[in-house]
Amino acid sequence: MADATTHQEFDPLATGGMRRRLVSKAIVYGALGLFALVYLTPLLIISLNTLRPLEDIVRTGFIALPEAETMTLRYWGEAWGSFCIGGTCEGVSRFYKNSLMMTIPATVLSTLFGLLNGYVLSKWRFRYDGLVFGLITLGVFMPQQMTLLPWAFVLGKLGLSNTIGGLVFVHTVQGISFTTLFCRNYFVSIPDDLIKAARIDGAGFWRIFRRIILPLSPPIVIVTVIWQFTGIWNEFLFGTVFTSGANQPITSAIVAFSGSGTGERHYNVEAAAVIMAAIPPLLIYVVGGKYFVRGLTQGAVK
Amino acid sequence: MSSLTIRDLRKSYGNVEVLTDINLEAESGEFVALVGPSGCGKSTLLSIIAGLESVTSGEVRIEDRVVNNDAPKDRDIAMVFQSYALYPTMTVRENMTFGMECRNVPRAEQKETVEKVADLLQIGPLLNRKPSQLSGGQRQRVAMGRALVRDPKLFLFDEPLSNLDAKLRIEMRSEIKKLHQRVGKTTVYVTHDQVEAMTLASRIAVMYKGVLQQYDTPKEIYERPRNKFVAGFMGSPTMNFLDAKVVAHGDGLGLTVDGGDGAVMPVTSEKSAGLTQGQPVVFGVRPEHFNPVHAHRGDPIATLKVLVDMVEPTGSETILMSRVAGQNVVASVEPDDAPNEGETVELAINMGKICLFDPATELRL
Repeated sequence: MADATTHQEFDPLATGGMRRRLVSKAIVYGALGLFALVYLTPLLIISLNTLRPLEDIVRTGFIALPEAETMTLRYWGEAWGSFCIGGTCEGVSRFYKNSLMMTIPATVLSTLFGLLNGYVLSKWRFRYDGLVFGLITLGVFMPQQMTLLPWAFVLGKLGLSNTIGGLVFVHTVQGISFTTLFCRNYFVSIPDDLIKAARIDGAGFWRIFRRIILPLSPPIVIVTVIWQFTGIWNEFLFGTVFTSGANQPITSAIVAFSGSGTGERHYNVEAAAVIMAAIPPLLIYVVGGKYFVRGLTQGAVK
Repeated sequence: MSSLTIRDLRKSYGNVEVLTDINLEAESGEFVALVGPSGCGKSTLLSIIAGLESVTSGEVRIEDRVVNNDAPKDRDIAMVFQSYALYPTMTVRENMTFGMECRNVPRAEQKETVEKVADLLQIGPLLNRKPSQLSGGQRQRVAMGRALVRDPKLFLFDEPLSNLDAKLRIEMRSEIKKLHQRVGKTTVYVTHDQVEAMTLASRIAVMYKGVLQQYDTPKEIYERPRNKFVAGFMGSPTMNFLDAKVVAHGDGLGLTVDGGDGAVMPVTSEKSAGLTQGQPVVFGVRPEHFNPVHAHRGDPIATLKVLVDMVEPTGSETILMSRVAGQNVVASVEPDDAPNEGETVELAINMGKICLFDPATELRL
């Protein structure tokens, strides 16, 4: 069949002697192992601290193994449901919900707009379409701080200050630059003849989008969803500036830990909250990471 | 009744005119080949007929209806693309029903039409496969099937065979011809391969630099090309063009090759009309008209002495690369008659088949 392997781009068996292979393997795995250790150590320390009582941490410092008799999971529960942040004692659950309410709609909307923009800019060329594309993608290179003041003005005018809806709006618009760039570059590699054939078959703008373009889009949809989800979830500046109190996303709320000013730091609870906050983007990466790399390079190499 | 009429068609992109005053007419059921070298505008012309590109001025009619401003879907045409353009995410069946789905054809009728066309093209077993699971020839067939289910007024083919290997190309070529004979629809077929045009078409439109050079039957185009370009483009190996001069010869006229030994080749009376003594001409002879063995009895024969530089045997014929007075002559002869390299031989020319061109206008005299 078509996907049977009949040749190999690179044959590692054809590069030289056994000894050299072993040595190079050892070097490669050694280096990778070292890097992995460097990256994973902080995560490990934080994770272990979530299991240790506060006195233990204060006594022996951050870097220590939990003691078997005092080890407990209750700080996770505390972080989730009853820890006091900024005056309310509901843990991070409320902010978690805020983040989801913000990230999911913004991801979906910006991906949809990106797909549509990319479709128009690659397959329905018009006068000055290059300029339009250039202007849209300018947003990719613009520092976020530059947009703070205009956004504050717009949100104020629209009555969306300090609302999750306002953040959804900001992130959708900010995200369109990236999603348009991704989708347009991906769609450019779809042959124009397909569109012509569909036009002769009698399909219009939307039918071609739905029946021809969208079914070819999963690789790039995965890329934009991962990119947008992790980007918006981890985003901190807009959340902090445009919302306060109970309306903050989790990234901004966690900052309140350090600023709560009650004197005593609950390192164990804070550690649990931080890990919880990091879980959704991690999950997305684990599920879609394979497609992410593949999709990003698709269309780029051509 | 003519089913396609193109009148005074022009197309330009900005200041660049890519099609100039195209006039073309196809009778119902005719097979028209648009042929020419790359960039001659033949694909643009096809796109204009299909409605994928707009007209700058002039008129395109399909069955007496001006379609200049009609969308492709309203022109009742079907097109087969060079890349096949099969929808990659759909099965063969879905590829074929997509057009009918867009036109809201009832499901039962869709199914019936697909079965019928699948039978005709013998692609029944492939209906549930995806295009990526098909071979080149099968994709080609499916692309034709997708066009056939429409039952259009006009079939458009855009170099449909150029992605196939040589053997398959010849197979599919005769299949297209058979199909056309069976279906009998008006067809416009774009190709850069003059053999394809000759074998398939009932009329050939030779295009060059956006201008329609000649529109005629294959026989007429081959035997009586209107100008030097058409003569050189159609036929392989290509026609020889020798600079020559008209001279007196007995009662009639003859030709001598410039810079040659002065030997006179008599011109038949029908070809000498309009020639005057001393006039410079371009003397066109096809390689196959050099071989004396092919000449019918009674054909007017002249001889030309050439120096053979190189001999290329192809099996069925042998091509001689030779020279006469510094001008190249390519001749195709029977392998048994072939001389050796370096020899000077006399070749016989069938003077009934030659073409004479004006050196300045390049038109046939």
